[in-house]
Amino acid sequence: MTSELDIFVGNTTLIDEDVYRLWLDGYSVSDAVALRVRSGILEQTGATAAVLQSDTMDHYRTFHMLERLLHAPPKLLHQLIFQIPPSRQALLIERYYAFDEAFVREVLGKKLSKGTKKDLDDISTKTGITLKSCRRQFDNFKRVFKVVEEMRGSLVDNIQQHFLLSDRLARDYAAIVFFANNRFETGKKKLQYLSFGDFAFCAELMIQNWTLGAVGEAPTDPDSQVDDMDMDLDKEFLQDLKELKVLVADKDLLDLHKSLVCTALRGKLGVFSEMEANFKNLSRGLVNVAAKLTHNKDVRDLFVDLVEKTPLQTPGPRKWLPRAPTVGVSLKAGREYLPT
Amino acid sequence: MPGKLKVKIVAGRHLPVMDRASDLTDAFVEVKFGNTTFKTDVYLKSLNPQWNSEWFKFEVDDEDLQDEPLQITVLDHDTYSANDAIGKVYIDIDPLLYSEAATVISGWFPIYDTIHGIRGEINVVVKVDLFNDLNRFRQSSCGVKFFCTTSIPKCYRAVIIHGFVEELVVNEDPEYQWIDRIRTPRASNEARQRLISLMSGELQRKIGLKVLEMRGNAVVGYLQCFDLEGESGLVVRAIGTACTLDKLSSPAAFLPACNSPSKEMKESPLVHPPSHGCRSTHNSPIHTATGSRLTQNFSVSVPTLIYTGMGSGSAGKEGGPFKALLRQQTQSALEQREFPFFTLTAFPPGFLVHVGGVVSARSVKLLDRIHNPAFVGIMGNTRSYKLLDWNSFNSDEPETRDAWWAEIRQEIKSHAKALGCHAVVGYSESTSICEEVCILSASGTAAVLNPRFLQDGTVEGCLEQRLEENLPAGCGFCHIPYDELNMPFPAHLTYCNNCRKQKVPDVLFTTIDLPVDATVIGKGCLIQARLCRLKKKAQAEANATAISNLLPFMEYEVHTQLMNKLKLKAMNALFGLRIQITVGENMLMGLASATGVYLAALPTPGGIQIAGKTPNDGSYEQHISHMQKKINDTIAKNKELYEINPPEISEEIIGSPIPEPRQRSRLLRSQSESSDEVTELDLSHGKKDAFVLEIDDTDAMEDVHSLLTDVPPPSGFYSCNTEIMPGINNWTSEIQMFTSVRVIRLSSLNLTNQALNKNFNDLCENLLKSLYFKLRSMIPCCLCHVNFTVSLPEDELIQVTVTAVAITFDKNQALQTTKTHAEKLLQRASTDNEELLQFPLELCSDSLPSHPFPPAKEHLESASSNSGIPAAQRATSVDYSSFADRCSSWIELIKLKAQTIRRGSIKTTVTVEKASPMGEGNFRNRSAPPCANSTVGVVKMTPLSFIPGAKITKYLGIINMFFIRETTSLREEGGVSGFLHAFIAEVFAMVRAHVAALGGNAVVSYIMKQCVFMENPNKNQAQCLINVSGDAVVFVRESELEVVSTPQPAASCQPSCTGGEVTT
Repeated sequence: MTSELDIFVGNTTLIDEDVYRLWLDGYSVSDAVALRVRSGILEQTGATAAVLQSDTMDHYRTFHMLERLLHAPPKLLHQLIFQIPPSRQALLIERYYAFDEAFVREVLGKKLSKGTKKDLDDISTKTGITLKSCRRQFDNFKRVFKVVEEMRGSLVDNIQQHFLLSDRLARDYAAIVFFANNRFETGKKKLQYLSFGDFAFCAELMIQNWTLGAVGEAPTDPDSQVDDMDMDLDKEFLQDLKELKVLVADKDLLDLHKSLVCTALRGKLGVFSEMEANFKNLSRGLVNVAAKLTHNKDVRDLFVDLVEKTPLQTPGPRKWLPRAPTVGVSLKAGREYLPT
Repeated sequence: MPGKLKVKIVAGRHLPVMDRASDLTDAFVEVKFGNTTFKTDVYLKSLNPQWNSEWFKFEVDDEDLQDEPLQITVLDHDTYSANDAIGKVYIDIDPLLYSEAATVISGWFPIYDTIHGIRGEINVVVKVDLFNDLNRFRQSSCGVKFFCTTSIPKCYRAVIIHGFVEELVVNEDPEYQWIDRIRTPRASNEARQRLISLMSGELQRKIGLKVLEMRGNAVVGYLQCFDLEGESGLVVRAIGTACTLDKLSSPAAFLPACNSPSKEMKESPLVHPPSHGCRSTHNSPIHTATGSRLTQNFSVSVPTLIYTGMGSGSAGKEGGPFKALLRQQTQSALEQREFPFFTLTAFPPGFLVHVGGVVSARSVKLLDRIHNPAFVGIMGNTRSYKLLDWNSFNSDEPETRDAWWAEIRQEIKSHAKALGCHAVVGYSESTSICEEVCILSASGTAAVLNPRFLQDGTVEGCLEQRLEENLPAGCGFCHIPYDELNMPFPAHLTYCNNCRKQKVPDVLFTTIDLPVDATVIGKGCLIQARLCRLKKKAQAEANATAISNLLPFMEYEVHTQLMNKLKLKAMNALFGLRIQITVGENMLMGLASATGVYLAALPTPGGIQIAGKTPNDGSYEQHISHMQKKINDTIAKNKELYEINPPEISEEIIGSPIPEPRQRSRLLRSQSESSDEVTELDLSHGKKDAFVLEIDDTDAMEDVHSLLTDVPPPSGFYSCNTEIMPGINNWTSEIQMFTSVRVIRLSSLNLTNQALNKNFNDLCENLLKSLYFKLRSMIPCCLCHVNFTVSLPEDELIQVTVTAVAITFDKNQALQTTKTHAEKLLQRASTDNEELLQFPLELCSDSLPSHPFPPAKEHLESASSNSGIPAAQRATSVDYSSFADRCSSWIELIKLKAQTIRRGSIKTTVTVEKASPMGEGNFRNRSAPPCANSTVGVVKMTPLSFIPGAKITKYLGIINMFFIRETTSLREEGGVSGFLHAFIAEVFAMVRAHVAALGGNAVVSYIMKQCVFMENPNKNQAQCLINVSGDAVVFVRESELEVVSTPQPAASCQPSCTGGEVTT
């Protein structure tokens, strides 16, 4: 006796969160069944392994059918085939677009191309995340990138509107898209200590302050065709950063800069005293990095340079190292003190 | 020119990409009705076209309006080649044809393609302007309402229940036409879908005409089925119950939704609190049909029961030769109405007087296609069929499928009469077809009805007076309707535990729902009997003979199983019994499902006693006693599980001398030549109070084992196949309807009956287990209306399809209510007993001779005298002659202790208590965060006639849809499971979309009538046909209703309701 066909279709589509997680994590049906058995579900419910197998298959099939819709989440809301309560729909989308920290660190700043996709098996081996899951995450990044790439307006808003993600997740995707677009190098060993969160923070500040959208906050001419307002760095701004050299060259300006920065940051920074003590070195390093940002290559190496060529990295114990927040603040400070 | 149909195509969305180059589509729409077609403009390069068309107007006859579906085809415009079809939408406009229902159909419909499934959606608006047409001779029946619901719909009141209506239409199946060889699968599927749509429209119209003829205005319990007979054609047939319904005006008299229409009925001046006369008793396991019984004259000598439009109440004693009558019947619609059948399963209080037992009839036929002018097929072809009966080759007379059914119905009717009943309720018909063999089955519950509902005003007969006598509700229907001295089969009668006046059988089997006023102890449970029998592969006549020889054995075994399982559950009655016999190439399958309950009126069931044949063998003895212990333990466990603890009433109260019915039962042996012979029950086995199972061979051993392998549902789960679960009354509003399909492949090597049985049993049990597991998050919950369907698509394949609904209930409230319940019951019980004592015995069975019904004895005699008639005159169906004999031997095994102990009469006043907890439950539910803000409105689907915690405010019309899906890329679509899973999900989606477009938010009485699945994995192909139906409704949550409804309407129901009910 073999089961040829075994299905269960509810008027309201049944979604089992645990099975969904296993599916997203890329486990095969048999692995998922084994994992479920290990979770003790059989003892709790008195079910048999066959029942579990059939249940898992059903859910996997449902998810497989839903996947097409999840690629364009607004479709999931309007489709008629699966009757799913809105709260469940939100959960499906959010989980589908969620990603692993380990994975995103591997691809952050890389071109979302076929070439990168080929490397996914290596990433899978390295991170222990199943290849299937890696592919889903990679495809998600790429899909979001493709959709918002050509769009005007706020990156976060665009992502939210087209993928119905939570604010938090939409911001993360904005960072991923921003990094992918500018191809910032994040994979170097020296940068390994930085988390995705650190980069995302930087990305947010850079989007707010360094991009065309940021510069043209109130665009004088709304029709002026500037695509990718939030994605591309403002070339003019980068050009202008060269002018910052005065902050290092001129002692008075250096002092003035220092006092202004210190006033702004006093009490807001855990490593304030170290920062204050090292301000001159810090400032010189940052200004040197900033001044070079006119070349694409240097833009890509921004984070490497920040770590290598500024005292952010070199001296002292790592614990005080001003990780992303300070880098961010410095970058922001750079903009604020730009001679106008 | 009585109607103008107006259609507007608004927009499309999510269309598929039809042009690879641009990744876009140039879509336009064709709107077709009858022979008229309109087209929209082409909307270039968009997957979300906005056509916003003008109103397309079709001026049509109302006859066409009823028959034809509106056909909407979405196409991709192609300048150089033929336009590509994207998909179609068929819209049944019938709901727009009667007032009160929907006025407009407007909404998003999935665009469906039989090869690709759903491909986007289209927004359509449809309206109908009907002109008044007073033409008497018109062929349309616009205005007759159709309901799938098998009870009086919630917002209506039954004025008259006219009776049975049936009709069938036949046509050639497009799949088997010669043209099918040259057209695409898509074209063939679409031709088929369209044809069936047309045929159902036509069928509905014809039934409507019959209803108008009977002066009714509605059909309730409408059941339409397709018989895909392959080469020999396509039959669409329908049965229903014609009624005259009145819409209830007061919207506020809303009632706990899980009640049958009883409460509404109270407003009717005709109806009293249930009051029935008591007559004699009966127990019936099933009374099964045999061919020769047909020859018995069928007089409707029931003067008290007049079916409107039937002419006279009595057709005379001498019915004339059967065949002549049969022909008359097929010809005359008037005569058809002589079938006192009702497809209803729940009734207004007082309607059902007594229940006799299940009556069923089956017949095996060979399908053949021969010209017969009796039927004019639609689409201009003249098609017809002769039924070639395999055992009457010399029959030259062309008969029709109509005659087949008439024959079966006749049988059913005579069985009902043998049970002393004049009507059959809970009636249904079904077929099972394999190649050219077809088994026709009909079953129902023989019953005695209160004539007041059947005719307007006039009250006739002495029965009526007697009915006026006030007798306790909740047991009347259990009392036997037949003569105690001439019982149609041996049964052990006892005095009713409730009223103590009337005789009741030891076990009661019925196909209806549990009457609302029935007194039930504990909870009910789903009971299934499953059985397989191998048969040799054979052709035509030989095959039919083999099948017909097997049938009686199957019926017998199914009933034995049911009886055993019932006893094991410590219950004494089955409701909603449905026995399905499926025929396959090399086997027959039997599946019986029912809901077991413990009726307080019936005696406590005895246990099951195991008797071994070789008492000397020590180890064998031990084994037997071990088994016995296991069985006893199971019974005890089940008693606990289902809370069956009938109140034991001390012996003193038993004071009144009720004579124990000692007389020997008479067996019904209609087949045997000496049918009048009296068989004495063999009481030689030790225990007289037990149901004895003899273990004399391995077969019996298997049976006992299989009895014990049925695993009860996990705690927190209950299941039943009736509308409501007896003993649970505090439903919360969460419902989940589902369909589950399983197909298993049997290993073809040396299959034995046992192995087959085990496989089948495991299949069903595993399926149930899976359901319990899947729905575990809903605990505590009950699976209601569990409907199993078995089919044998291929040699070694068994397919089981289950549709049911899981409903959550509140455990805590259950406890509370049962408590208050119990208190009230106690009071009630005592008063009842007092009341009862005031009644003299005049209502008892000794008054029977004066009863207008012909005593069953007469029937027996007539049956026996007729049994000698020549074979040629015999009914053409299969001869069951041996069955009754076997049945009797089986019945001999059944022994029950005469239960003289008086039990307290317990009356479940469900009506009063049910209401308040429901309200609270809803309120609590509603306070949960609302989750219905989606752009797509939620449409609930349920096989039940109600929605828990809600009131149905409007019926929008019947949903009856037929879909075909085919694939030539089975693997790519996820194999058979992926294919069918997607298809069923799509079917649900299309049903929901149609309901939403009608302005409804739920489908009630939903049923998947057919799910025919065929695969050819080698060719990477599969095809599936699904037919679903139900009633589209608008419901309002009770909690919302409370806010909306002002006290004003509450007053209107006050006079008729008791105080308790008004509080809701």
